Amino acid sequence: MRIDKDLVAASATPLVLGILTEGDLYGYAILKRVSELSDGSMQWTDGMLYPLLHRLERLGYVSSLWGTSDAGRRRKHYAITPAGRDVLADRQQQWTVVADALRQVWQTAQGPGAAIEGWA
Amino acid sequence: MASHVELEAQIDRWRGYVQRNRAVSPADVDELEDHLRGQIADRQATGLDDEEAFLVAIKRLGNLDAVSREFAREHSERLWKQLVLVPEQTDNAHATPWRELAVVLALAVGAGVAVKAGLAWTDDSGALMRNLGLLVFPFLAVYFAWKRRISRYVAAALIVPFAGLGVVLNLYPFAPAGATGMLSALHAPVILWLLTGLAYAGGRWRSDKRRMDFVRFTGELGVYYTLLALGGAVLIALTLATLQGIGVDFQPVLKDWVLPIAVPGALLVAAWLVEAKQQVVENMAPVLTRVFTPLTLAMLLVLLAVLATAGGFASIDRNLLILMDAILILVLCLLLYSISARDPLAPPGLFDALQLALIIAALALDAAMLTAMLARIAEFGSSPNKIAALGLNLLLLMHLLRAAWLAVGFLRGRLPFAAVERWQTRYLPVYGAWATVVVVVFPPVFGFI
Repeated sequence: MRIDKDLVAASATPLVLGILTEGDLYGYAILKRVSELSDGSMQWTDGMLYPLLHRLERLGYVSSLWGTSDAGRRRKHYAITPAGRDVLADRQQQWTVVADALRQVWQTAQGPGAAIEGWA
Repeated sequence: MASHVELEAQIDRWRGYVQRNRAVSPADVDELEDHLRGQIADRQATGLDDEEAFLVAIKRLGNLDAVSREFAREHSERLWKQLVLVPEQTDNAHATPWRELAVVLALAVGAGVAVKAGLAWTDDSGALMRNLGLLVFPFLAVYFAWKRRISRYVAAALIVPFAGLGVVLNLYPFAPAGATGMLSALHAPVILWLLTGLAYAGGRWRSDKRRMDFVRFTGELGVYYTLLALGGAVLIALTLATLQGIGVDFQPVLKDWVLPIAVPGALLVAAWLVEAKQQVVENMAPVLTRVFTPLTLAMLLVLLAVLATAGGFASIDRNLLILMDAILILVLCLLLYSISARDPLAPPGLFDALQLALIIAALALDAAMLTAMLARIAEFGSSPNKIAALGLNLLLLMHLLRAAWLAVGFLRGRLPFAAVERWQTRYLPVYGAWATVVVVVFPPVFGFI
């Protein structure tokens, strides 16, 4: 199943910030984690992750640090900042509201099976 | 690892392609490359060969144009190329940027102090004029010698002429306020500048490319120095006015200390700026030459028209001749600068035709001046000044004639632009040789008058 482009875009920021709460990571590892978490159904265009990370950094939600990879190359690691955690908490509430609303509307009247057919 | 040569080459080509985009900085390319290599390594682990792994990784990275566009949206400031004086520290270049800044500032202060000392120790304004270049240019040469890590052989090739020039300029018994002393003072900077060019090229002065770089550098230095001078003038004017308002007389300090130190010091700072921004900022040269080539051509045409209608070139007086020499030199500088700024691979265009017109107008002016000079020599006899001027104009004539010939060949598609460039860079030492003749040979020949 492929996830709709707009949905991917909307969830990208909370997803990245959430992944970074688990610990500092570099770009490729973040993408692998996204793929893992979604069982491979969220396929990002890899290159697009970096402008997003840079935007989050400019907004002060993440900080970055150049380190060295196992192979001895320069590698940029990202970490979530306190401001990033605040934003993540905020987004979490928003997503909870959205998910709640969706669940309710899908469960009323027609029943779940019909709803899924209607939305697919 | 020998088996991965092709993969490394592919990654290199990819880097080159991505780097061409202005919105993606070298650090971002590093980051993307790390990603690409991560992806490739994972593909290889699943059994793909180098080629397949690379292709998959590239595909996963997405359409590079779209990614670059996204980078541009996030980093729009990068589309304005910026001057980074002290580049971000990278792994392989520890702290050298700051060291360079320190060296430049020390040399700038050195040049300032040298000029200040020169002003303090001599009352003879003629001697000071002759030595001014010697007080400043060696510091610039030292900067380049340090930066390019020149060999001992090149260092000797620099020190010996500098020292020789110092001896000639100071031990020749010039007559006070004499013509040969004045000529030496005027021609010494040409020699000094070419010696600085030798340091700039790091001793590789035989290379046409390095010579062209030096021409480019000279033009950019002029632009930067002018900008610094304008900014400095504004600062000084504001300080002066404010202190005057309070009732403090700043003028003696300004005249005795600020100007003697700041004016030569700014030259070194300007040189360093040109060096620092070389890779970063688009050069001003293409813009400036496109603005000034047509304007200068218009000026030359007006001058020629006025001279032609003023009745006879022979009656042109001395000061006017000097003035027109200055104009010709300026035209030549503009020509050199615009040639240095041109993309050598671009086909001939309107601008090249305009340049040819400029050369022809300059030739006409030079021919007019030569007639006037010969007429004056025939009428009043020769003098050091007249011979020096005549020599310079003959050099200019040769330079312009061949430049015109080559420009025609280029416009007609018979010659590559490199031929035009090569003539310009190869002719430059001729001016140095002539200046040396004027400084070294003229005074004894004319009895130091």
